[in-house]
Amino acid sequence: MSAVLTDCRVPFAEELIALAHADERIVAVCNDSVSSSNLGEFRSLFPDRMFNVGIAEQNMVGVAAGLANAGFIPFVCAASPFLTGRATEQIKADVAYSRANVKLVGMSPGVSYGELGPTHHSIEDIAWMRALDGLPIVTPADEQQTREAVKWAAAYEGGAFLRIGRFKVPSVSDGQSRAFAFGASNLVRDGSDVTIIASGVTVSRALAAAELLADQSISARVLNISSIVPLDRDAILRAAQETGAIVVAEESVSRGGLGGAVAELLAESIPVPMRLLGVNSFAPTGSVEFLLDHFGLSAEGIAAASGDLVGRA
Amino acid sequence: MTSDWWGRLHDSGPASTAEVAEFAAEIRRTTLVTINRAGLGHIGGDFSVTDILATLYGRVLRVDPGNPAWPDRDRFILSKGHAAVSLYSTLALSGFFPREWLDTFTGPLSALNGHPNRTKVPGVETNTGPLGHGFPVALGCALAAQLQGSERRAYVVLGDGELQEGSNWEAFMYGGHRRLTNLTAIVDRNRLQQGDRTENTNSLDPLDAKVEAFGWEARVIDGHDLDALQHALTSPSTRPVAVIAETTKGKGVSFIEDRAEWHHKVPSADQVALALVELGR
Repeated sequence: MSAVLTDCRVPFAEELIALAHADERIVAVCNDSVSSSNLGEFRSLFPDRMFNVGIAEQNMVGVAAGLANAGFIPFVCAASPFLTGRATEQIKADVAYSRANVKLVGMSPGVSYGELGPTHHSIEDIAWMRALDGLPIVTPADEQQTREAVKWAAAYEGGAFLRIGRFKVPSVSDGQSRAFAFGASNLVRDGSDVTIIASGVTVSRALAAAELLADQSISARVLNISSIVPLDRDAILRAAQETGAIVVAEESVSRGGLGGAVAELLAESIPVPMRLLGVNSFAPTGSVEFLLDHFGLSAEGIAAASGDLVGRA
Repeated sequence: MTSDWWGRLHDSGPASTAEVAEFAAEIRRTTLVTINRAGLGHIGGDFSVTDILATLYGRVLRVDPGNPAWPDRDRFILSKGHAAVSLYSTLALSGFFPREWLDTFTGPLSALNGHPNRTKVPGVETNTGPLGHGFPVALGCALAAQLQGSERRAYVVLGDGELQEGSNWEAFMYGGHRRLTNLTAIVDRNRLQQGDRTENTNSLDPLDAKVEAFGWEARVIDGHDLDALQHALTSPSTRPVAVIAETTKGKGVSFIEDRAEWHHKVPSADQVALALVELGR
């Protein structure tokens, strides 16, 4: 892990602008979220290709589907709770069911709005979107993954949901042969006693947890799942087989979330002891750091759950 | 594939009022028979919107049934997707797909679901059914045409009860703000929704004043007057146009007209025979 921390909205916007220079089909649609989606420069460079519909998420997603109908590749950028919550039926009918080529970019997901509270937290987005047929879900964990995921999304034919965080994260892609591949996971640390499956902001925390576990002579594997739909089934099944215990750590609800996805897969094939860590209730007041710790998503919390699971706590 | 109807309407100059009226009658007859065969459908809303569809496909839309994906086609969206059978009948008679498909309506694995699906039905632009979806998508189509410098237009048909969905007012607001003169919203103002009259449920009047306040030009017309429809749908404006088509739910068959219970009631064989007589066959 590098010490440099990145707000992933920055590389997101840089890549979107680079794509827009090269391909005039790229357009942006937002709900007044020009600054919170970091679209200010895009608007300056491509004023005609930026559609700010105002604070109207249902119209925002419908407009994007209409733009896609003409061959444009709209990136819909909005705070994830409002995009996925307010416009769920538009995402279902206009994008997923209509097979419209719309990229849904849920900004600042999880508890990254910290003290603003549960109305602004987006802990349900993965569960809601995962219930929809044919909608890929991609959750980059760092700068490099974000850059690769944006390029992938532009090239992918079909709707997709990307979760782009504002909470600053270190690189977890150092030493990886490739930062992001659709449908693939990244083995960011190998181990044999337990596997910690993490995504987004929890990946670096899972790596730190693995360090703590190593001090207790517990060998923890860490898998970074940045493609939640489709899931890298092979890597997860291998992890279950080879390490015999699975901990999932995610910045969202486990029910229906990544934890649910992993549990569904393993229940049908290789049931192993599991522990699902997530933001599983409306959060109390506090900063992002406080809340992640509160829900057991700190290095210590993940390590404790893992040690407990393998019986060596 | 071009159909007899498409040829009659388009091959020898603009379609006459009488030709569009015949087309509308054939759409109603086809709709009636299709719903009776399937035992499912929304006949009241199908018949209120029929003259609007006949005018659009007979005289207004620049589309090509032989090439439904022609990039520069006008975009038409039936937001009140429950009136699917009238749309399917119109598209089939126009030659977008074979008429035999209508016999499969709602059958197992049919392309013709109870609500239109763009991936299965040529001529359908977006999947509709849940209300309040088509208007924002049409707005996106109009913005896309503008961005591409195309003269093509976007048309959307909305049920009047459907306007109780807030997403339509988001679209009215943004369409007015952008002054989208290449977008026309048509309200099928039959004054009935599934459960009751619109004005007893959540009243819409004065609808013209409401849409004018959002920056649109309201054109209130008789939605069964084919020439008035053509005029309202083709006259230019400096603002986006909302055609408020005053219609009769179930139009064309006396015992179906203006009755809430015929929202999705299915006619019996005897009723079909009576209705066909009233519809000119």
